[in-house]
Amino acid sequence: MKTLVWVEHEGGAVKDATLSAVTAAAKLGEVHLLVVGEGVSAVADAAAKIAGVGKVHVADDAAFGHALAENVAPLIVELMGHHDAFIAPATSNGKNIAPRVAALLDVMQISDILSVESDDTFTRPIYAGNAIATVKSKDAKKVITVRGTAFEKAQRDGGSGTVEAVASTGDKGLSSFVGAEIAKLERPELTSAKIIVSGGRALKDGPTFEEVIFPLADKLGAAVGASRAAVDAGYVPNDYQVGQTGKIVAPEVYVAVGISGAIQHLAGMKDSKTIIAINKDEDAPIFQVADIGLVGDLFKVVPELTGKL
Amino acid sequence: MKILVPVKRVIDYNVKPRVKADGTGVDLANVKMSMNPFDEIAIEEAIRLKEKGVATEVIAVSIGVAKAQETLRTSLAMGADRAILIQTDEEVEPLGVAKLLAKVQEEEGAGLIILGKQAIDDDSNQTGQMLAALLNLPQGTFASKVEVEGDSVSVTREVDGGLETVKLSTPAIITTDLRLNEPRYASLPNIMKAKSKPLAQKTPADYGVDISARLETLKVVEPPKRSAGIKVADVDELVAKLKAMGVAA
Repeated sequence: MKTLVWVEHEGGAVKDATLSAVTAAAKLGEVHLLVVGEGVSAVADAAAKIAGVGKVHVADDAAFGHALAENVAPLIVELMGHHDAFIAPATSNGKNIAPRVAALLDVMQISDILSVESDDTFTRPIYAGNAIATVKSKDAKKVITVRGTAFEKAQRDGGSGTVEAVASTGDKGLSSFVGAEIAKLERPELTSAKIIVSGGRALKDGPTFEEVIFPLADKLGAAVGASRAAVDAGYVPNDYQVGQTGKIVAPEVYVAVGISGAIQHLAGMKDSKTIIAINKDEDAPIFQVADIGLVGDLFKVVPELTGKL
Repeated sequence: MKILVPVKRVIDYNVKPRVKADGTGVDLANVKMSMNPFDEIAIEEAIRLKEKGVATEVIAVSIGVAKAQETLRTSLAMGADRAILIQTDEEVEPLGVAKLLAKVQEEEGAGLIILGKQAIDDDSNQTGQMLAALLNLPQGTFASKVEVEGDSVSVTREVDGGLETVKLSTPAIITTDLRLNEPRYASLPNIMKAKSKPLAQKTPADYGVDISARLETLKVVEPPKRSAGIKVADVDELVAKLKAMGVAA
């Protein structure tokens, strides 16, 4: 099989989510990449070095500058004339674009796969990860999104792909980009962080959340996350949210501070390698999934922990 | 301008789903069912646009079993004007749903179609994008803010790392994210009033759409269970563990 993989990139660099998608694609056979954007030749060169990559298709055009699905999907559909599968990482771009491609190809997409069982059979989480379904696609072509945390990252070097320009399919005139407010990250990004420190509603308010959680996160070089309850209460913005309705993470170490462990939250972090829970309620459900638990008042325990690290 | 809002009847989000012992799916017998939470947000947004005078009519549509009528009645009680049930006992995949909705849109000619970004049962996150593709319309997915301005709509989207705003020509497809609004509760008088609002009954055959499944579910299993680990007595012990793991120097 020949698979076309969507390259997620930012600021001229290939993002980690792409590398997981490449690993998934390699299980199906030949891996080709698609780099879409404006002024993306450096990205294409970097993509060509990813281990195991064949051809790198590059569509460099102002119409692709912000990866608008309306403009990008027709381009992918054209390239799917000579590919058997389209794979995108389950990033906001991937989730936005892949179903549009699938419908144009009259294919039922397989979302958020966790494993490749064979050419046409995959596993994927349903019911917020409370169940895992094995599904077999009857469609001739496959459209798939990949859960990044479920696949190893392909090596960024060692590959010798060939870069090939693709003609633009142009601006379809349906939508335009107005602007973006991308939060300035002083810490690692949640979905690719090795360590995450998350806070829950017990943190009281926004300033307290920052005062307690941020220093610990910085000591550990960790990303900061939050439960939906903490987001709903306005302590931190929504892009901090870990859970069924937020981000799905699987870091090496997940430190849950003042998080009771609602089903909704566990769905987003239970694949973490080691879970550490700090909570004053020893019966909190979070302790049922935690590898290491500490029962105590977070306002005493966390500053003490930060101080001793 | 009409607004079309597709809604789905799903397991209530506070219920922990249980996998059937025979591995064929999730047990939904005698389980509380509710409107998909993201669809509630979609209904709420449509009603608010009507209250602002932007929309003239809100139409809720559901594809599913006869009991999906309850979900439609909830939409009507919240403030939708009328409802369409496309009744089927088959499990319809997002692609099939999108094809049916495209036919409904051909009849209704809505200016906006607002959908939940994903259903909390199959977690596909596809229907809105697929519908946009089939109708060749623009899509504003994962919306946290929607502003209609003449014949276009500005949609602020929740994207990895922040927010992004796009401007779409109408008609347009919008899918809702969590922060778009807080859905209202239907009042008792409105629940009573909803009982007499029109609810049209259709079948997939009425629209001539093939909804046969493209994906075959071979089995459904529980995810690997995590077992509870150890409890440490104090911070010093925790620090020692972190050091042993190489997390702390």
